[in-house]
Amino acid sequence: MLDDFLNQFLPSTVGGLVFGSIYALIALGYTMVYGVLRLINFAHSEIFMIGTFTSLVVLTAIAPASPLTGIALVGVMVLIIVLSAAVSGGAAMLLEVVAYRPLRKKGATRLTALISAIGASLFLQELFALVVIPWLTGKPGRNQQPAPRIVDRDTVFTIGNAAIRTDHIIVIVAAVIMMIALDRLVNKTKIGRGIRATAQDPESAVLMGVSIDNIVRTTFLLGGAMAGVAGALYLMEFENTDYRIGFVLGIKAFTAAVLGGIGNLRGALLGGIVLGLIENWGAIFLGSEWKDVIAFTVLVVVLMFRPTGILGESLQKARA
Amino acid sequence: MKGNGVSGNSNPSRRVGALFDGARDWWATAKAWQRYALYLAALVFALILPAPWIGSFMSPGADWTSVLIFPIGTYILLAIGLNVVVGQAGLLDLGFVAFFAIGGYSVAYFGTQYGWNYWATAVFGIILAAVSGVILGAPTLRLRGDYLAIVTLGFGEIVRIVANNTDEIGGARGITNIPHPPEMFGMKFLLDPAPYYYLMVAAIAVVIVFSVRLQKSRVGRAWAAIREDEDAAELMGVPTFKFKLLAFAIGAMIGGLAGGIYAGKAVFIEPNTFPFILSATILAAVVLGGSGNLPGVMLGAFIIAWLPERFREAGWLKDLLGRDPAEYRILLFGGVLVLMMALRPEGLLPSRRRRAELQEGTGGMGAMGAEVAGPDSEASSEVSK
Repeated sequence: MLDDFLNQFLPSTVGGLVFGSIYALIALGYTMVYGVLRLINFAHSEIFMIGTFTSLVVLTAIAPASPLTGIALVGVMVLIIVLSAAVSGGAAMLLEVVAYRPLRKKGATRLTALISAIGASLFLQELFALVVIPWLTGKPGRNQQPAPRIVDRDTVFTIGNAAIRTDHIIVIVAAVIMMIALDRLVNKTKIGRGIRATAQDPESAVLMGVSIDNIVRTTFLLGGAMAGVAGALYLMEFENTDYRIGFVLGIKAFTAAVLGGIGNLRGALLGGIVLGLIENWGAIFLGSEWKDVIAFTVLVVVLMFRPTGILGESLQKARA
Repeated sequence: MKGNGVSGNSNPSRRVGALFDGARDWWATAKAWQRYALYLAALVFALILPAPWIGSFMSPGADWTSVLIFPIGTYILLAIGLNVVVGQAGLLDLGFVAFFAIGGYSVAYFGTQYGWNYWATAVFGIILAAVSGVILGAPTLRLRGDYLAIVTLGFGEIVRIVANNTDEIGGARGITNIPHPPEMFGMKFLLDPAPYYYLMVAAIAVVIVFSVRLQKSRVGRAWAAIREDEDAAELMGVPTFKFKLLAFAIGAMIGGLAGGIYAGKAVFIEPNTFPFILSATILAAVVLGGSGNLPGVMLGAFIIAWLPERFREAGWLKDLLGRDPAEYRILLFGGVLVLMMALRPEGLLPSRRRRAELQEGTGGMGAMGAEVAGPDSEASSEVSK
């Protein structure tokens, strides 16, 4: 058992980092929306799913005969990332208008909003399964949808017995760049200041001339765009998707957000990576079918000792 | 929320509520014989409900009595159980299906492996569900609102995955040949669904009485206090943790009971009988009907269980859509949830106190954060704390 663990430690660390980066990107959307609206945007997982399908459509349209290299690869990656981010961000904004804004105007409770979110999540899943996927791909909507390979799985270098491949590097680097960009945006720009102010105290923010509607819309746009990036990276790495892809990944990403301290952008990064690593390490001992159980157990244990997550809530407490 | 007057409103969607308020006033002052007459009427209604002439309208596509047991009866039982947790104590539980699964698996496992009597397995399932409710609640009930929601969601998934990965309880193949309940009052529990239906009615009746008594007791008032303002309740000397744990355990017991009855009827269960969507559906039923109000909750569960069955085989719908309407069930369900929450967030038949809480924007869950208070709204009080 211990031998197994030592043998597989480095490879599963790499796998954990890749999964963790994707969790972290999705977690950003949860954590921002939660910071501002105090709401679990349950349908965020479907925004991610929309991102994977946007990339799928683009990749199928390009249909490379063989995996790409050099400029072509960079170009295609940028293309699917930008398009997925745009479509997912737009979908998230639309979601806010349809499912949350009417409730917000009525001063409804968070329970009501959560039910609305669950409804929106189911609606989007089924819409894709019944209408959108058959229309996009011409295949039955409930099947797995394979994507063409665009990155060669070449080993770039090895650490011990862990092979670091091109695709690993792309996922991790792209995720980190996006997270740094978002962190800068929230901490350094005027929009970011508005978001932080709203998270901290909506009433005072309004008195200071912040438009709540704009801030909420921007928050959904940014979070959705991050989920779109995650969708593009996921599709490139795992090369398939389906209409229910968001469910488990979404819950894990929310778990990551809570682990890191919800409302805290850097916490989402930390939570995602920690969750990805622990899951993969635990799977060596217990088998990969127990991954989800490990993730939720970790969540419960962390919350028992640190109810506000590892880094604590901070979108509110950050200097406005 | 402003303008949704409590009564005397000309808005048609409120008229149902006003009618219901009238019925409630009448009930509050009704004489004993009037109440018993109504109980009797309800019982007679429950007994004649499986009649074929009702079924031919209510469920043209499937056996009506079976539909009355699952999904309708089961959903109603589960909704009453979840109502204790969500509606009365204000705790958001997204993993309620776990307790349903524990009750079901208890009946299946101990009945097939050890040959226990059905009733013993059912009671054991209820106890096991209560224990697991306490085990889940003890570490997590210190968390508030959404954290609790996500942890319970995780718990529901854990139970399903464990069932899926444990060969001892059948793994992904599930458990077959679950023993039926033994013969009782001359009713044989075999293929005929009628005896199960009466069993279900009896269980629902018992649980209703139990739930109403609880709500009117000191415990129920403590739950209401916790739901409205947990901090204030704690300061006033309510041992909130204890009462929250109790709500969890009682809700879990009712969920376990539903699982036991389901397994006794179904003969076969597998992990996929207990997906997250069922938790969400039951929660939606509770909120749709009017969280905290028993008749409302039962109505919500009935509607959510029945509508898909009603339209399962509707030929005109099939012609209209060009494909099997059953495929659109979940799509419609999702859309209706969004619409319903936008139009009538307090549910079809909300309890008066709950509606007042919701209009204040508290009601245990707090308002959505970026709600900005109008001059006479308290919606954002939660945020400014």
